Amino acid sequence: MDARTLPLLSRRSLLAGAAATLGVAAVPQGAFALDLASARALIDSAIGDVNAIISSGQPEAAMLASFEKLFARYADVTAIARSALGPAARSASKSEMAAFIKAFQGYIARKYGRRFREFIGGKIEVTDARPIKSYFEVISVAYLQGESPFDVRWHVGNKSGKNLFFNIIIEGVNMLASERAEVGALLDRRGGSIPALVEDLKKV
Amino acid sequence: MATRLPMVAAALSILFLLDGCGPAPAPTGIYDPHEAANREVHNLNKAIDRALVDPASNAYGKSVPGPLRQGVQNFADNLDAPGDVVNGLLQGRPGPALANTARFVINTTVGIGGLFDPAKAMGIQRKSTDFGETLHVWGFAEGAYGELPLLGPSTTRDTVGRVVDVALNPLRLALPAREGNITTAASVASRLGDRFKFGNTVDSILYDSADSYVQARLLYLQNRRFELGQDVGGATGEDGFLDPYEE
Repeated sequence: MDARTLPLLSRRSLLAGAAATLGVAAVPQGAFALDLASARALIDSAIGDVNAIISSGQPEAAMLASFEKLFARYADVTAIARSALGPAARSASKSEMAAFIKAFQGYIARKYGRRFREFIGGKIEVTDARPIKSYFEVISVAYLQGESPFDVRWHVGNKSGKNLFFNIIIEGVNMLASERAEVGALLDRRGGSIPALVEDLKKV
Repeated sequence: MATRLPMVAAALSILFLLDGCGPAPAPTGIYDPHEAANREVHNLNKAIDRALVDPASNAYGKSVPGPLRQGVQNFADNLDAPGDVVNGLLQGRPGPALANTARFVINTTVGIGGLFDPAKAMGIQRKSTDFGETLHVWGFAEGAYGELPLLGPSTTRDTVGRVVDVALNPLRLALPAREGNITTAASVASRLGDRFKFGNTVDSILYDSADSYVQARLLYLQNRRFELGQDVGGATGEDGFLDPYEE
C-alpha cells in the first residue's frame, strides 16, 4: 500500500483542504490600479494580516470575528457568493440575495476560520505573479511545520471597482469550485429555497 | 515475482480495455459513470472511518508521542522511495529518480533505517510519485472516477497504478515475507498518523459538508490533476480558472 494514501484522501489533498483555511483568511487592502505589482502587494499585505491574526492568541470566537472582517473588507464577497449560488442567483429576489450574501460571508468565516489553529507556526510567502485573462494570479508557497511546502494561488481582479481577490487555489484545489458544489448541494436539499438555505448557512 | 506478474498483466489489460471504449474524457470535467455504486462505497468508507479508522487514529495519536509518529511516517515514506525511483526512471525523469535514490541511501544509513530524514535537512526534498503518474506520462487517459473500499477516491488509471505499485514494489520483492509485513504495518500506522494530524480537515469534508461524496471527488480530481501538471490553476483556461464575473 502506498503511504501517500489515506483511507479516503491522499495526504497532499488533505493538506490542500487544510490549507484552504489559510487561503481564505488572507484578505487584501487598497485601491490600486490593477497591475502585476499591485496584485502582488495586495496578497503580500493580506498574508501579513492573516499571520497577525493567527499569532494574536485571541480566543477562537474573537479570531472568527476578525477573520470575517478581513474577508468582508478585502475579498469580493458578493462575486464569490453569487458564483457559489450558481444559476439560482439569477432568479433570486434582491432581498433574498442580500440575505444570502450576508449569511455566506459568516459561513465562510466560520467554516475556514475554525481550523486556524492547525496553521499556528506556519507561514506563507509570495513567490510570483502573472496575468491570466484580465486578472492576475499571485503565486505563494505555504510552509507548515513538518510538511513539504505547498502551492497557494490567489486570483485577484478589480471588476468590483476595487482590487479584491475572488478565488484561492491550494495544490490545485479551487475554493470557488468547492463552494459551488457545497452550496448547490445545500440548496438541493432545501428544494431550491434560498431563505431555507440562508437559515442552514447560519447554523454551519 | 512469478505470482505477481499475472496480477499486473490483468490490471494493465483493464486499462487497455477501458481505453478502447472511445475517446478519452476531457481531463477538466468530471467523468463518473458509476456514481450510484461509488456513493455506496463512499457511505461504506464513512462508516468504516467512523467506527474504526477515526477511533484507532485517535488512540494512536494520543498514545504515541509526536516525534515517534514522525519517525513512523519517515520510515513508511522511506520504504516508498525505491518505488519512487523506479517510477521516476519509467517516466524518463532521471533528476527526481536520482534525488530519491540519494534520499533512500542517506536516510537508510545516516537516518537509521529511515526513522529520520536527514536528507531533507540537506535540502533533498522527497519527490513522491507512483505508477498512476507513469501511466499518465505514457499517455493513458485518466478514465472514470471511482471510490475504492478502504482506499478512497481514485480513477481507472490510478487504480491500475496502485495495483502495479503494490505488486512491483522493489522493496517488497527484495524482502522476505515477514519483513514485508513490517512495511505494511508501517504504512498503516503512517496513515493513522495522517488521519490524526488532519483530523479536523477530514471531519469537515466527511461529516460537515452537505454532500461529502461530491466534495471528496472534487478534492481528489483537482489535486491529482495539479500533481500531474495537467492543471496549474491558471492561464491554460482549464478548470483552475473560474471567472465569477462572467455570468
